[in-house]
Amino acid sequence: MATHPVELTPHTAAVHARALHRGFGVRAILDGIDLTIRRGEFVALLGRSGSGKSTMLRALAGIDHDVEGSGTLEAPDRRAVIFQDARLLPWKTVLQNVALGLPRAELAARAMLGEVGLAGREAAWPVQLSGGEQQRVALARSLVREPELLLADEPFGALDALTRIKMHVLLKDLCRRHRPAVLLVTHDVDEAVTLADRVLVLEDGQFVEDLEIDLPGIRDHGDPRFGAIRRNLLARLGVARDT
Amino acid sequence: MTLISPQPWPVGAVDLASEPTPKIRRRRLGPGPAVPFALLLGPVLLISIWIAGSAIGLIDPRILSAPWTVIATFGTLIADGRLQEHLWISSARALSGLVIGVVIGIVLALIAGLSRWGEALIDGPVQIKRAVPTLALIPLMMLWFGIGEQMKIITIVLAVVVPIYMHTHNALRGIDTRFVELAETLPLTRAEFLRHVVLPGALPGFLLGLRFAVTLAWVSLVVVEQINATTGLGYMISLARTYGQTEIIIVGIVVYAALGLVSDALVRLVERRALSWRRTLSN
Repeated sequence: MATHPVELTPHTAAVHARALHRGFGVRAILDGIDLTIRRGEFVALLGRSGSGKSTMLRALAGIDHDVEGSGTLEAPDRRAVIFQDARLLPWKTVLQNVALGLPRAELAARAMLGEVGLAGREAAWPVQLSGGEQQRVALARSLVREPELLLADEPFGALDALTRIKMHVLLKDLCRRHRPAVLLVTHDVDEAVTLADRVLVLEDGQFVEDLEIDLPGIRDHGDPRFGAIRRNLLARLGVARDT
Repeated sequence: MTLISPQPWPVGAVDLASEPTPKIRRRRLGPGPAVPFALLLGPVLLISIWIAGSAIGLIDPRILSAPWTVIATFGTLIADGRLQEHLWISSARALSGLVIGVVIGIVLALIAGLSRWGEALIDGPVQIKRAVPTLALIPLMMLWFGIGEQMKIITIVLAVVVPIYMHTHNALRGIDTRFVELAETLPLTRAEFLRHVVLPGALPGFLLGLRFAVTLAWVSLVVVEQINATTGLGYMISLARTYGQTEIIIVGIVVYAALGLVSDALVRLVERRALSWRRTLSN
């Protein structure tokens, strides 16, 4: 049994984890994690490959079936996941993908497609869309469920640099409007600092950094404070900078 | 500044010495543009050889009747209503066998595809049936079900079940686990998961199985209608064989071929409509 529900203060916390362990046999992937994410808080989770960040996300999503674990974990029922691939059903139109499993949600789905800038593409098949457009459909599919917790597993990792910048703006904008708590798993330091209110760094199954990003809403990459945070986080990830 | 590369450029990269060509050529690996009337080309060629061979006396009419004899016989058979009667009976047999077989095949594939226990119990027997030719089962079928309609339809059913099961089951097993994960996170109920993910995901496999099944239903007909039948295309052909009427045999073969082609085209039409979301090598 991986999770035991606990009492928590539902008005302030969206995610509450205590002494969370996940692993295969003797190999621990998450080694006693404590984590609280406030409602509406945007948290970025950084870490090198194999640091356990995807395991953390899958634990919160409740899709880590074959992983052994212990600890307490409380997360809202209304949670949505965005994967690195858009994961659209190829045999459903864009609109059907957004409204998947939600009867009578067609109007909301149409409105959400408009919000992600895909009005007019409702009847298109997923194969007819570009990678960025597919990921926007996935975003619409998540947000139309009005999640209290949005889990994103390197959602922009497969997109080109220009599309990624546009998606950052879109995601930030959508999150400001819909206010879900967000856990964004990424290996891109710039992405984390651009988007998040708080950045966590995971290493060997434990947090080694928990940093509030105290920068204004629209972040300027040229801001010296941005650069300082960036250098700090890169050092935490073991990337030494000569400059 | 002169650039001196320590190693020569790889052979075939850019050869500046050769004549300039308007386009860089690479061998095409895809099948290339479609041939017009591709489906008709082969049969038309065969028929032309047949006509020419009969006309110049190269083909003995006792071995193979001339095309015009066949056409005349075709006309006579239709005029006295015999062909329609045989065709009707045969179609009814093939269709009932096909429908029952498809339903059984889908149910078996779903049970085996969606549960490990189902697979353990069902997959083995179907694989064994696949290895046994329908012809070899007929003596047993006659002992169990007699020599009437029942035996004929059951034999067709047994033949049809195999490809439907094989291809549907294979497609079910091949459904991307990423979609299963997606369904868990949305979350979908088990019924919604079946309806939106499993069944549409297995549809291409099922339709491929259906194409094999339709052909098999017609083929099995030939076999079962040679046993104690007084009607049907198979009976018409075996009777003609007894009297050495090659023209009737050929009429029968042509009708079978036409039925096979038409039903295959029908399934492919359904396939194109149902799988319009796909973009593959074929278009």
